[in-house]
Amino acid sequence: MIGLNHYLFLATLLFGIGIYGVFAKRNAVAILMSIEIMLNAVNINFVAINRFIQPADTVGQLFAIFVIVVAAAEVSVGLALIISIYRQRKSVNLDDFNLMKW
Amino acid sequence: MNLNEIAFYVISGLTIAAALGVVLSRNIVHSALALIVTFLGVAMTFFELDAGFLGLVQILVYAGAISVLIIFAIMLVMHPDPSRTNLTTPSRDTNFWGGLLAWIIIAAIGIALGKNPWPIPQTIPTDTDRVGAIANLLLGNYVVAFEAAAVLLLLAVAGAIILAKGVEEG
Repeated sequence: MIGLNHYLFLATLLFGIGIYGVFAKRNAVAILMSIEIMLNAVNINFVAINRFIQPADTVGQLFAIFVIVVAAAEVSVGLALIISIYRQRKSVNLDDFNLMKW
Repeated sequence: MNLNEIAFYVISGLTIAAALGVVLSRNIVHSALALIVTFLGVAMTFFELDAGFLGLVQILVYAGAISVLIIFAIMLVMHPDPSRTNLTTPSRDTNFWGGLLAWIIIAAIGIALGKNPWPIPQTIPTDTDRVGAIANLLLGNYVVAFEAAAVLLLLAVAGAIILAKGVEEG
């Protein structure tokens, strides 16, 4: 029987993969993709808990919609920043992004 | 094993494999394609959880819009040699600590999940209007958050255009 714990563990695995990607990748676009994976894991948690704990209500799905909205805003601004920095530095490697260090 | 369990394991395996492909691939274009498969897998998980509307939103917004945006950005900032576009960091320390943190989180939550008793899924009446319920909440109790999300999207689009276009002097 597939229960709540199966879905929560699926979300945990996705979240761990996303964390490893954020740490280990050098390409800024790849890091944004890892963050998207982590946000998707959170959405699975919201919907699964909504389905198993409070099935008559849809507040969990509503929160997942808000997470999707914020993720869309985040990824558009993040990609615009990356393109803007690429124009100056000719690179998307995070080790080259030291504009605010001194 | 009944059909539900088989569907769950197949879809979860596909999602996890695609997410690993995003993180482990050395070519950023392959990563982007694996990311689309991950989004579709998550959408199928939503369908399993009786959240059909959210699954459709996931396909439209993530697999449609966000992945196209990411692929456009990749094409704009592409390195000439595609097989070296998505390397892992050369620092062994960062690699090690990142992997260790991921394993700690997975192991800790996994053990905690294994030790708890979990509620049995309750059946929901099939004739309820799920989308109508979401709409009632969205324009009822949560209308302020709804409007704030609208303003946030507008500002994000304007900000993205200004950032990507660059500000002209004078």
